[in-house]
Amino acid sequence: MNFASKQIAAQPSPPTCLPWPREIVDRDGWLAFAESLAKGARELLSLWGEPSSVHMAVLEEREPRLRIVSLECPEGSFPSVGRLHPPALRLERAIRDLYGLRAENAPDERPWLDHGRWGVRHPCSDPEKIDSTKDSYAFLPAEGEPLHQIPVGPVHAGIIEPGHFRFSANGETVVRLEERFGFVHKGVDQLMAGASIERAARLVARVSGDSTVAYSLAFAQAVEAAFDVNVPPRATYLRALMAELERIANYFGDIGAICNDAAFALMHAQCGIVRERILREAASCFGHRLMMDRIAPGGVVVDLERENVTALFTLIEWIELMTPRLIALFGDTTSLQDRTVGTGYVSEALAKQYACGGYVGRASGRTFDARKAIGYAPYPQLTFEIGCSKEGDVDARVWVRFDEIKASLRLLRQILDEMPEGPIIAAWALPEDWTREGAALVEGFRGDIFVWLRMRADGVVQRCHLRDPSWFQWPLLEAAIKDNIVADFPLCNKSFNCSYSGHDL
Amino acid sequence: MQKFLLQGLLRRALTEQAPIPNPTSIAELGYTLGRTARQKLGRSLSIREVDAGSCNGCELEIHALNNAYYDLERFGLRFVASPRHADVLLVTGPVTKNMREALERTYAATPDPKWVIAVGDCAFDGGVYCESYACVGGVANVVPVDLHIRGCPPDPTTLLKGLIAFVDTMS
Repeated sequence: MNFASKQIAAQPSPPTCLPWPREIVDRDGWLAFAESLAKGARELLSLWGEPSSVHMAVLEEREPRLRIVSLECPEGSFPSVGRLHPPALRLERAIRDLYGLRAENAPDERPWLDHGRWGVRHPCSDPEKIDSTKDSYAFLPAEGEPLHQIPVGPVHAGIIEPGHFRFSANGETVVRLEERFGFVHKGVDQLMAGASIERAARLVARVSGDSTVAYSLAFAQAVEAAFDVNVPPRATYLRALMAELERIANYFGDIGAICNDAAFALMHAQCGIVRERILREAASCFGHRLMMDRIAPGGVVVDLERENVTALFTLIEWIELMTPRLIALFGDTTSLQDRTVGTGYVSEALAKQYACGGYVGRASGRTFDARKAIGYAPYPQLTFEIGCSKEGDVDARVWVRFDEIKASLRLLRQILDEMPEGPIIAAWALPEDWTREGAALVEGFRGDIFVWLRMRADGVVQRCHLRDPSWFQWPLLEAAIKDNIVADFPLCNKSFNCSYSGHDL
Repeated sequence: MQKFLLQGLLRRALTEQAPIPNPTSIAELGYTLGRTARQKLGRSLSIREVDAGSCNGCELEIHALNNAYYDLERFGLRFVASPRHADVLLVTGPVTKNMREALERTYAATPDPKWVIAVGDCAFDGGVYCESYACVGGVANVVPVDLHIRGCPPDPTTLLKGLIAFVDTMS
């Protein structure tokens, strides 16, 4: 990419974000956005901080258009969005923990990621050293004579990530679940600030290992937007190929694990076979089972060999054969339906309020998919349908996954059939003129991943914000489990399969 | 369901076997592991997995050890739900400061004799997270480690190889 002409044409200017310009608002403007979120006229995509400002990304309801607004916080505080729109609450608590900016009159001022153990307060902005201790944490009360509490975690019984769940139960029935996270907080925000593009890309690929392709893709797209890099068509197809392989591998893993939590091990074993074959094929095509570090800003780093195309078609054909059988196995097992139907219900209204993405949102009537709504390459050239249901229970979240497996298989065929020849990575250079900003919204298997970043002209990341879809799914799990029995929690939790690492960052 | 069960009876198992000694084959690893584990622990080794801050990549591959291709349990190795049932802690992640106490308490809850295997590059030295204010960096900084299995993440074959090396060196 040649930036020479641009350097002559334009004078250094304040950073503007591409492809969605960032608008600076005053306090009233900020509050107006918060109110429109509360009314449902807009949906909250993310809320994040910097040392002296806060930013909010929203989705306009009428047309899926993304807007980013910013508010300067010279006093170290900003009007709380969470006070009007609860989905913002945890994000505001995280901003305070990391950047020390306070949400004024926020209904919940408890720390979220900071457990008092870092030896430092607000580490990302003017850090203040403290003696490393353990903060006490006041769980929300649930009062009543027959209630008892069940604390679970952070170390869980399965091979899964750590987090704490506090159940208040009446006999077997859950009255309240409260989540407490932050256990896997690794300080990604601070590590990203000052990192080179290469190091930043490695970090991004390790934010949530199951979504490594989607995260790398989102980061790459944001860098490419910032520096106006044109990705070669073949690279966009290879990216989509990896993204769809990652999606179906995770879906098969999820479906198997959900059924296993309902004690139906046969499905778990069968789905495990499909998942393993996908990962092996991924390793043979791209040299890594999870396809980590295969997407770089500008394109991809590994090309697909001709013999791998044949092997991929064979794999797709076999999965196309297996999928209806597995669907029949799931659908015809009534004892399994007995566990999944009606369990862990999420209403359409809640899914909409929380702008809940992925299969959780789509199983509750929110048909948002960044591949369609944003339409990044190559998806506008491909034909596919997204899964959708309004049932909102564990069963619906399984069926949506089955529907999307079928959609992804069709996509994989199209991608392989129509993949253009040509280079796989753009030759681009840093402009070395001024700071740039870029953003991207990419559909991972779990839902839409949002990335916003500001890059210095020498290619060093100044600030990079990564928002996992789990931020808007975890709170709904608290709602979904209410009035269910404690023993159905693993089933509900697996049907959500939210990320801990992506959320705790 | 009958169809799946019938196929299970009629078809050969997917579990990979390579009876001819081959240093890289899973089956050979399994053979040695089976013999050594039998001597030391009467064929049984219970493993408790602890995620101390991993990105979930290592967990995915540890999970894969249980699928039909690797079938870890045929070697007498199995995952258990509580540290109180465990001989071995399989620890992943750069040990976040928020998980440090949980790891220490899990270790304390594991009965003697006990061993710790650190899985993945993060668990070795903190990996990409080694400079973070939020990470301790390396499992060995918190609990004594008997073996490191490197990789980001290590694939299931590497994990099996690591487990064998561990059983061989177990005192």
